Amino acid sequence: MDNIVGGKSSLTWAVNLAAAFLVLLWTIPTFGLLVSSFREKDQIISSGWWESIFPQEQAIQVRGAAPDTAVQEGGKYVITGQAFAEGQAGAVSAFGITSREPAATVAGETAQTPEGYSITVNADGTYRLESATPFEGTRGERFFVTTTQPPSFTTQNYSNVLSGEGLARGFFNTMTVSIPATIIPILIAAFAAYALAWMEFPGRALLLACVVGMLVVPLQLALIPLLKLHLWAGIGKSYLGIWLAHSAFGLPLAIYLLRNYMAGLPREIIESARVDGATDFQIFLKIILPLSFPALASFAIFQFLWTWNDLLVALVFLGSTEEQLVMTGQLKELMGSRGGDWELLATSAFISIAVPLAVFFAMQKYLVRGLLSGSVK
Amino acid sequence: MNQLFSAVMTIGIGVGGCLTYFFLSNMVLDRIYPAKGANISFNINRANAIRPWLFMLPAIILLAIYLVYPLFWSIYLSFMDAGGENFVGVSNYSWMVGDEKFQESMRNNVLWLIVVPAFSTMFGLIAAAVTDRIKWGNLAKAMIFMPMAISFVGASVIWKFVYDFRPEGTAQIGLLNAIYERFGGVPQTWLTSEIVNSFLLMIVLIWIQTGFAMVILSGALRGIPEETVEAAILDGASPLQIFFKIKVPQIWGTIIVVWTTITITVLKVFDIVLTMTNGQWGTQVLGNYMFDWLVRGQDSGRASAIAIVIMLLVLPIMIWNIRNARKEMR
Repeated sequence: MDNIVGGKSSLTWAVNLAAAFLVLLWTIPTFGLLVSSFREKDQIISSGWWESIFPQEQAIQVRGAAPDTAVQEGGKYVITGQAFAEGQAGAVSAFGITSREPAATVAGETAQTPEGYSITVNADGTYRLESATPFEGTRGERFFVTTTQPPSFTTQNYSNVLSGEGLARGFFNTMTVSIPATIIPILIAAFAAYALAWMEFPGRALLLACVVGMLVVPLQLALIPLLKLHLWAGIGKSYLGIWLAHSAFGLPLAIYLLRNYMAGLPREIIESARVDGATDFQIFLKIILPLSFPALASFAIFQFLWTWNDLLVALVFLGSTEEQLVMTGQLKELMGSRGGDWELLATSAFISIAVPLAVFFAMQKYLVRGLLSGSVK
Repeated sequence: MNQLFSAVMTIGIGVGGCLTYFFLSNMVLDRIYPAKGANISFNINRANAIRPWLFMLPAIILLAIYLVYPLFWSIYLSFMDAGGENFVGVSNYSWMVGDEKFQESMRNNVLWLIVVPAFSTMFGLIAAAVTDRIKWGNLAKAMIFMPMAISFVGASVIWKFVYDFRPEGTAQIGLLNAIYERFGGVPQTWLTSEIVNSFLLMIVLIWIQTGFAMVILSGALRGIPEETVEAAILDGASPLQIFFKIKVPQIWGTIIVVWTTITITVLKVFDIVLTMTNGQWGTQVLGNYMFDWLVRGQDSGRASAIAIVIMLLVLPIMIWNIRNARKEMR
C-alpha cells in the first residue's frame, strides 16, 4: 500500500514535515523544563531556556589591576592582567572603554582612554595597559569586554533537591503507595477474570456488565463515603487505606482487560486439561496465568502509572502532613508556596516523572497492547 | 526504610493471603463435595455451581465496599447537611442551581467537553495518519505518546513554565510570552486572563490525551482492509480523498470510542485546575469544585451533590459502554 500511495516525493516530504512539527510541538514544553532543571537559578530567570543551549554574548565590566602593579618596560609603564575572573572562561570578541560602547574595539586591537593610556585586550582575555607617564590614582582602570560564554549547565539543583526539601522522602512515600497497590489487585482480578471467562454460572453476563459500568464511575463519588468508612474502621489516613482504595479502584480495569484476554485463549487447551482431570484451580495456576502474561503486564503498567501519578486519592486518603505527602502532593505544595522558584520546581518535577517515564519507555509495547485490547478507561 | 519494609510485607501478606484463600477454599469445597462416591454427579454439579463465586469473592467484596456502597452513600449524603447528620431535602441541589461558582464550573465543563475530546481526537488522528507513513514513525509515536506517562501535576509544572510571565522590558522566560512579544505583543499574565486561561488549561489535557488517541486510531487505521484502499487508488482517488472518504468512515466506531473515553477523563479533570489556578479567575470545573467543598468547605452534603452531578454526566456514556460490551460478547 505504501509503495503505491507514498510514491509521490512531495507528499512524503509533507508527511515527514508534519510529523516533525507535531513531535516538536509535543516535546518542546517538556524539553524546556528539562533544560531549565540543569541551569542555575539566576540563569533561569535572566534568559529563556532556549537561549541557554547556544553560546551567549555577554558584556562584563572589568576592573584592571591597581596602578602600583605597573612595571616599567622600555620607558613605558605597563599593566598586564587577565580580564576573566578565576574559573570563568570564554572568548572576548570586542572591548570598550565606556559602558555605552562596550564593544567599540575589536579584540586584539588597541584603544585610547580619555586619560591618554592605550589598552589592548586579546581574545583569550589577557589585557595590556600602556602609558608614557606613571599611572595615577589607587584604583585600577575600568573597561568593558564583550564575551561569548559557552553554554553552562549544572547538576547542583538535583543534589540540592535530593538532599533537602523532603523530596527523597516523598519519593519513598510514592513507592510505598504504588508498588503494593499495583501488585495486590492483579491476583484478585485474575481469579475473577478466569471465572468470568471460562466458568458457567447464572448471572455472569450481569456481573460483566457491572464491571464495564464500574470502569467509568468517577472517583469523586467514592471519596467522602470511603473516608468516613476508613475513619470508622480505624484505618484512618494510612497506607493500608490507600492500598485498599487503589486496589479496588484498579479492579474493574484489571478484570475487564484480563477477562477479554483470557476469553481469547484457545478453548482446546482448557478442555483437554479438564479431560485430563485437572481442577479449575490447577488450570488457572498452571495454564491460564502463564499464558496471560502480556495482559497482566499491561494492566500492571497502567496501574503503576496511575498510582504513581495520582494526586486526588493520595490527598484524600493519605493526609497532607510532611511525612505523608507523596511526590505529586509535594509538587502541588511547591507550586503554591514557591511558584517562582523554577530551579526547584523543574528539578522536583523531573525527579517525580523520571520513574514513570523509564517504565513507559521500557514497557511501551505492553502499554500499547493493553490500550488496544480494552480502550474503555 | 521502615515503611518500605512494611510495603514489602503487605505485598507478601496480600499475595500470600490471596493464594492461601483460593487454595484453601477450593480444598474445602472439594472435601464437602468430593468428585467420587455415591453422589458423584450431584457433587460435581454442586461444586461447579459454587466454585465461580469462590474465585470472584475477594473482587466482589472489594468492589462492593469501594465502588457500589459509596455510590449509594453519596446519594444519601447529598440530601444531608454539611456534617452528614440532618436530612435537608433537596436544599444542596437548590443551592447548586443558584450558586455562581457552580454555574461557572458547569459552563467550563461544557467547554472542556467540547474542546478537549475534539482536539485530542483530531490531533491523534493526524498523528496516527502521519506517523504510520514515515520511517521514524515509532520514534515519533513514542514522543507524542510520552505525556501519557507524566502525571497531571508534572504536566502542570511543565506548562506553567510555558505560560510564565515576566514584566515588560525584562527577558521573558515563558515560551508563550516570548513568542507573543516577538510578534509585537505586550507580555500577559496568561493564567489570570479570563476565558483565555481556561483554554490554556485545556491545552495541557489535550497534550496528554493526544497520544492515547493516536495509539488507538493508529491501530484501527492499520486494521483497514487493503483492498478498499487499493480499489480507491485504481479509481484515481487522491491521498486526501482516500483518507477522508475511505479510511475515516471505516474507523468511525473507534473514533467514537476514543472520543467518549477522553470525555470521561475530562469530566473527572481535577489535578490540572487545582495546581495551575485552583479554580480562580473563572477556571473552576466540577471535579475541583467538589474537592474544594470537601476539603476547604468541609461540607460533605454539597460536595456529594456535586459528585452526583458528575456521575449523572457520566451515566449516558456508561450505559452506552455497557450496551456495546454486551453486543460484543454475544
